[in-house]
Amino acid sequence: MSRAQAEERTFAVVRWVVIAFLAVITLFPFYYMLLLSVKPIDQLLLDPGRLWVTLSELTFDTYRDVLRSVDDGGQGFLRMLGNSALVALATVALTLLASVPGAYAVSRLRFMGGRQVSAVFLAVYLFPSTLLAVPLFVMFAKIGLQGSLTGLVVVYIAQTVPVSIYMLKNYFVTIPKSVEEAAALDGCSRAQILRRIVLPLAAPSLMATGLYVFMIAWNEFLFALLFLAAAPDQWTVSLGLQQLANGIEVPKTVLMAGSVVLTIPVVVLFYAAERLLTEGLTSGADKS
Amino acid sequence: MSTTQGAERRRPPETSPDPEVRRDGTPTLAQRENRTGLAFVSPTVLVVLVVVVLPIAWTVLLAFQRARLIDIQGMGLLSNWTWENFGEVFTSPGFWSSLWTTLVYTAGSTAGSIALGLVAALALRRPFRGRALLRGSMLLPYVAPVVAVTFVWEIALSPQFGIVNELGTRLLGWDKPIAFLATRSHEISLFGWQVELPLALLTVIAFEIWRYFPFAFLFLLARLQAVPAGIEEAATVDGATLTQRFRHILLPQLMPVIALLSVLRFIMTFNKFDDVYLLTGGGSGTDVVAVRVYDFLTARYDVGAAAAQALVLAAVLAVLLGVYFKFFAKRVQEEAS
Repeated sequence: MSRAQAEERTFAVVRWVVIAFLAVITLFPFYYMLLLSVKPIDQLLLDPGRLWVTLSELTFDTYRDVLRSVDDGGQGFLRMLGNSALVALATVALTLLASVPGAYAVSRLRFMGGRQVSAVFLAVYLFPSTLLAVPLFVMFAKIGLQGSLTGLVVVYIAQTVPVSIYMLKNYFVTIPKSVEEAAALDGCSRAQILRRIVLPLAAPSLMATGLYVFMIAWNEFLFALLFLAAAPDQWTVSLGLQQLANGIEVPKTVLMAGSVVLTIPVVVLFYAAERLLTEGLTSGADKS
Repeated sequence: MSTTQGAERRRPPETSPDPEVRRDGTPTLAQRENRTGLAFVSPTVLVVLVVVVLPIAWTVLLAFQRARLIDIQGMGLLSNWTWENFGEVFTSPGFWSSLWTTLVYTAGSTAGSIALGLVAALALRRPFRGRALLRGSMLLPYVAPVVAVTFVWEIALSPQFGIVNELGTRLLGWDKPIAFLATRSHEISLFGWQVELPLALLTVIAFEIWRYFPFAFLFLLARLQAVPAGIEEAATVDGATLTQRFRHILLPQLMPVIALLSVLRFIMTFNKFDDVYLLTGGGSGTDVVAVRVYDFLTARYDVGAAAAQALVLAAVLAVLLGVYFKFFAKRVQEEAS
């Protein structure tokens, strides 16, 4: 057997081992999360190695406990879900509102400083969010935005605008200029061109960008912790879950139910639009 | 041309790309474009200015001021100058080891996640049944909320009821459960040598690799699928083996993406706070600088020291990036442009 053949055969096996390994490490933690969330805590402590749940012990009390409002003796996650959704949706709407014209200008228009602007925006990520955290903490305390969801949305917009401009710009440059020129000849202004021609054509990219922004805002933890820790009725799910784990002894199975509640919206959205998102993120990376 | 030049010279050229103004005073197309462009980016610029640039500038000031959270309300913007914060940062116990921890953590996570992402991209390159499904689920660690996945890891690694210790003691013959996230150093014997492993740090790095390899995978797979099939076929015909084809054909094609990913991941991980804070709280030898900044801010309310510490972190990153770009600038620029 030649060396080439030997290698082909070895790697044909190795490839499947790798694929199985990847499937296990990516899927198992989520299966484990789901499993523990429907298991009674005493069963978990009794036999931690058992990776299934029998029908007789299957329980949804953990979810009831997590979702019920604090007044009813629960953990109030329903309210936190509302807060998280509000913050994430507001961030998506406002970020897109700001970055669509910005990305269009960067990709199409020649203006003063236009070529530097996208580089400057990306430089935002060079600075640690912990560096921003200190002054924002103080600033928000001063103008009374501390403990309010509005302050959080403002920070999230600033954190997501650069990447959103980058993603949208990559898409806008692929739209043929001739379509816009035809519209301009028919008397459309720039704003009209953007609204009537470019936006409908860029719908997939808008979706992908919106989704990515939603995920960042939904998953964010540091700023929520800094600004909202003292205001329990404003907590987002991420913060609420972490505070729950830190507080008085709560069964791990309840924590897992909380984790499932926190994860499901993002994962559902992700699967619904996976192709859009992966293409939106990597467009431009595959050029030769 | 020469007749209009005199008029042009009086106006600074950068105020408008096309300085020629019509006699009747209506703006030219280029001027209108300039105006629209500025109007279109201004909302974004405004937000970034207020929430990013301004705070950074203020951090720089605060780092040189004696500022505790209580007195900051009444304090003037430009008073209480001091160098003490930096003295406090550099002499505070554990600063240098924390910086070293940050470096190890960042380098390990960056290299590991790119390596695993590369392996994954190579394995999933050719179609097979269920590939689309697997490709989708491989992104789960990246898209799932950090708070949820850190809890799953914590519970799975728990010495009391975690599945990892359960399997380890039952199948792998471990003497006793291992507290992965709370063990500063774990002694193992390797071929008769006693080796001290910084276990908690390694676990945190493993978590980081797990969470971010999908990101590298995504970009590497996209690039891999754009490699023209012809080159590889030609090499196969010439008798190149699989490893040779990877080494001499695929890898050079992937290098620019790998270089770009290295920079991106390095920056992101260097500044990372959530993952370490949620997994270990910065204990057991995982005290990265980002977590220390948070501790200075919330435990001691020492804004000045926290700002100084954050600034030192940013400066170290800037120096490292500077060194990197000096040596690899061309590659990254090629990919990013």
